[in-house]
Amino acid sequence: MTATGKILLLHGGLLCVLFALQFVLPAYHHGNLARIMVLASYAVGYNILFGYTGLLSLGHALFFGAGMYGMGLSIQHLGFSPAPALLAGLIAGVAVSTIIGLLALRTVGVAFMIVTLMFAQAGYLTVLYFVDWTRGDEGFVIQQAQRILWGIDLSDPSNRYFAALLLFSISLLISLWLVRRPFGKTLVAIRENEERVRMLGYDIQAHKLGAVVISGTIAAVSGAVYGLLFGYVGASFTAVPHSILPLLYVLLGGTGTVLGPFVGTVFMFYLIDLSSGITTAHMLIAGVVLVAVTLFAPQGLVGELRRRLWRWLP
Amino acid sequence: MELGPYLLLATLEGAVMASVLALTAVGLSLVFGVMRVVNIAHGEFYMLGAVFAWYIAHWMGGHPALGFAVALVVAPLVVGAIAVAADMTILKRVSYDPERTIVATIGLLYIIQQLTLMGYGPEARPVAPPFNTRLALPWFEFKDGALSMYWPWGLSTTSYKLAVIGAAIVVLLGVWAMMARTRIGLLMRATQQDRDMAQAFGIPVERVYALVFGIGAGLAALAAVLIVPIQQAHYLMGADPLLLAFIVVIIGGLGSLPGTVVAAILIGLSDGIISVFFSPTLAKILATLLVALVLVFRPQGLFGARRS
Repeated sequence: MTATGKILLLHGGLLCVLFALQFVLPAYHHGNLARIMVLASYAVGYNILFGYTGLLSLGHALFFGAGMYGMGLSIQHLGFSPAPALLAGLIAGVAVSTIIGLLALRTVGVAFMIVTLMFAQAGYLTVLYFVDWTRGDEGFVIQQAQRILWGIDLSDPSNRYFAALLLFSISLLISLWLVRRPFGKTLVAIRENEERVRMLGYDIQAHKLGAVVISGTIAAVSGAVYGLLFGYVGASFTAVPHSILPLLYVLLGGTGTVLGPFVGTVFMFYLIDLSSGITTAHMLIAGVVLVAVTLFAPQGLVGELRRRLWRWLP
Repeated sequence: MELGPYLLLATLEGAVMASVLALTAVGLSLVFGVMRVVNIAHGEFYMLGAVFAWYIAHWMGGHPALGFAVALVVAPLVVGAIAVAADMTILKRVSYDPERTIVATIGLLYIIQQLTLMGYGPEARPVAPPFNTRLALPWFEFKDGALSMYWPWGLSTTSYKLAVIGAAIVVLLGVWAMMARTRIGLLMRATQQDRDMAQAFGIPVERVYALVFGIGAGLAALAAVLIVPIQQAHYLMGADPLLLAFIVVIIGGLGSLPGTVVAAILIGLSDGIISVFFSPTLAKILATLLVALVLVFRPQGLFGARRS
């Protein structure tokens, strides 16, 4: 079988399994998996920038938050219905990621990380500052009546699962499609050797900006969908730990692999879920995993799999 | 109170802020300068200093000055030792790769913070200052064409706050003397300039790195011990100093110690004065955005020299 065939079979197979799982999973894990798929989409977006382009952002919560608040505020204050509200979230994501991309890409390396961190922190503080609109730390709930998209009630568990699966499929397929296109291959080349790509005549800044905008927009749509599916918009989703989460998922699953973000999210989500029975300090697990991954498995789970067994994995 | 005395009060508070900030930021700057890595866990070493100070003061009992004096020596040493251990077990093994170090220190941040939450708990706890005399300050005004002195109500500081400023100056001079006048400072500067060449000349670069990481963390812990009688020890207290120290180090020019101190005084004073007139959140937003833009448009910092 050709590599393309295997790739299509594997990724299509995963989506089919996820589709089938909802009929057999107990209610608790059913709900978890819906949440995991939305968070995994966020991580897929993050991976396009970090894994494929090699740009480590510490401020992706800003994009997630832009989508979430773009959606939430337009429902809450402008009386939008879900479909235009999602569109508002997407537009907010494109706008914010374009601005941040234009500014932050003037820096490289460590400075890029710190600049993205600072912009995200400023975004978080802005949410806290406009407390009359955003209700600050407390956040606001999106009522069930406001969550009906084209007659489908998104607060119903099985509709919610479908919506999450749809989002995840779209972002997975975009990611898969992208890395097999010349644009994606150029991004990988930039990651490997920026100078050489520049010598070959490619416009590095334009490619990087494209990566930031695609990555930020996927993150923003995930944020908007998250708010809509789970009915809550809060400042904690724009705070620093929420920027670290996708980094953690991607590192654990495998940077620069299409499936890595999903594997990492599942693994991390259940690790924290299981440990919360033992201790309330669940971020301890996140810390230990971060250190362990950097020390022992810099390639991540899927990365190790690719190195040892399936060299054709995208 | 009128504007003049009000400003003096804000300046004094700002000077205390600036002293503590200068110590924290110099620690961060030293690590960045010599090792070329960014230590995201720096704020947690600060927090550990405050928490250990509380434990020591709590165990010693007796006169507050006794526990405080012991804490001032022991807490930075313990925190420095923890940092050295972290350097040798984690940072050395990722070969000080800048990006992997950032990820590893983020992990370290959560480990330290959450272990403190489990051991020390979520409460904020005070440490009694060793001495705390109230000092009323005079102010001048023109009355009937002559300058007269009076003591406005509320315009006062404490002897302890002045001692913090003094202690910070002494420690900073000490750091400068160490870097400029001692053999170990020479080794650090040699490592900073060219790691490979230093290694070739037989300088134990890895031990210098461990030492620098320890000293950086120890300075943060020392700053926290100084501030803990004014603020309280809490497991989340590391976030703000980390952000401010970053701001200071960036404004001052990454890795430049004199620039760092000047920037700390600038930021500490203006933070004290700005937060008198604006809401603290707005002040933070503006400061954060300003620093991000400085990094974007003037990456060598306001005082740093441009590197080729």
